[in-house]
Amino acid sequence: MELKDALVELLRRAATDLPPDVEKALREAYEREDEGTPAKAVFRTILENVRMAREKSTPICQDTGSLIFYVDYPVGQREDTYIRAINAAAEEATRRQYLRPNAVNLITGKNSGNNVGKNHPFIHFHQWDRDEVRIRLLLKGGGSENVGAQYKLPDAGLKAGRDLEGVRKVVLDAVFKAQGKGCSPGTVAVAIGGDRVTSYMLSKELLFRKIGERHPEPEIAEFERKLYRELNQLGIGPMGFGGKTTVLEVFVDWQHRHPATFFVAITYNCWAFRRKTLYIRNGEVSYDD
Amino acid sequence: MTIKLKTPISEEEIRKLRMGDEVLLSGIIVTARDQAHKLMVEKKPDFIRPYLEGSVIYHCGPVVRKNPDGTWTFISAGPTTSIREEPYQGEVICEYKVRGVIGKGGMGKKTLEALKKCGAVYFHAVGGAGTLIANSVKRVVDVFMLEEFGTPEAFWVIEVEDLPLVVTMDSHGESIHEKVLEKSKERFLRLVGLK
Repeated sequence: MELKDALVELLRRAATDLPPDVEKALREAYEREDEGTPAKAVFRTILENVRMAREKSTPICQDTGSLIFYVDYPVGQREDTYIRAINAAAEEATRRQYLRPNAVNLITGKNSGNNVGKNHPFIHFHQWDRDEVRIRLLLKGGGSENVGAQYKLPDAGLKAGRDLEGVRKVVLDAVFKAQGKGCSPGTVAVAIGGDRVTSYMLSKELLFRKIGERHPEPEIAEFERKLYRELNQLGIGPMGFGGKTTVLEVFVDWQHRHPATFFVAITYNCWAFRRKTLYIRNGEVSYDD
Repeated sequence: MTIKLKTPISEEEIRKLRMGDEVLLSGIIVTARDQAHKLMVEKKPDFIRPYLEGSVIYHCGPVVRKNPDGTWTFISAGPTTSIREEPYQGEVICEYKVRGVIGKGGMGKKTLEALKKCGAVYFHAVGGAGTLIANSVKRVVDVFMLEEFGTPEAFWVIEVEDLPLVVTMDSHGESIHEKVLEKSKERFLRLVGLK
């Protein structure tokens, strides 16, 4: 298979076929809500929509997001091979209505019409020792991207200091402020440490974890569980209608920081948590969620 | 109980709706988002006036297919975040005599006041339910500003059938969004130890 065609299929799958771990979490959330509540109705509609999108191969959500690629490639290959194939695949997938044109020139206000533009699609490259290619894709909705936040601790208003307790407070603040606007229930990815850029980078990449996958360090894993419990006590519920599930999942990771800084980056992903992975091994293409 | 509504809607009909009502909406409605709202406030164009009177604005940037015969089909069409239109919405509602706005996330005080003053409601659709909602779009009647604004931002005049919605802000000053905000604020302040 041509690389471009494999990528069109990756885009189609990401836009139309919600990963099973996410669907399972939504189904459990549906079962938890009480009969006759708006929250229950929202989850019913969501699940019906997920089923229909998969069956008809049409986008789960019309906002097919920013296209964010993470390419791991073997020594000896060139990055521009992937840049060209990804741009061509984005164009093709837009033509086939797997994607909405989402690249807008901010000076002229004009939509490029094909999802290709300056830094769009965005590609993270990483060369690795393996003799195989891995291309991970995140379709990141704009509404949920708008409710993401970066904090620097200490935060006087929240009385949040430079420790996990301080992190807990700012994560609660971010999700409280988001209310239903990021298409709750969301998946919340929290990165602690690093600089302004690397903190957001780390939090975005956390979205390749599967729901239920805890951090390998027990202290962080426990912190994730605690945040999940407390965020769901806010009662914001799906779409902000009130309800038992405000977040589907919380992922946390950390990195070293400069002695003078303490950043917390929070990426909020809508319930339509769209990610897929493509592998190329010995010329064979395979896909994973 | 689900209420069936069809556009054009009278002021009397819309004033009967209360926060929390579930509605199935049919008839002609118009999509409009950021650039369209800016245009409606700054230039007050007349081309969209006949479609908006007694009708409903839908905050939506759809995925649309152009068919070989020149007609259009909606492929995916869930709501977008409404609060971005807060600076414009109230004025648009009163200027164009719009009876409702569909979106997600709810809107602010300015819009809530306009709903009360001019007789309109805010309907909440399920965010992300793109395919399901596109299924209730029966026909694209017309499109304006497609070349200038692009697919997501154009005014799409569409006919819908039984679009599932919840009234989250009514014409009597009630808003689910305000209520959930207040309640979650209490819990938030307790959880962070500020209360």
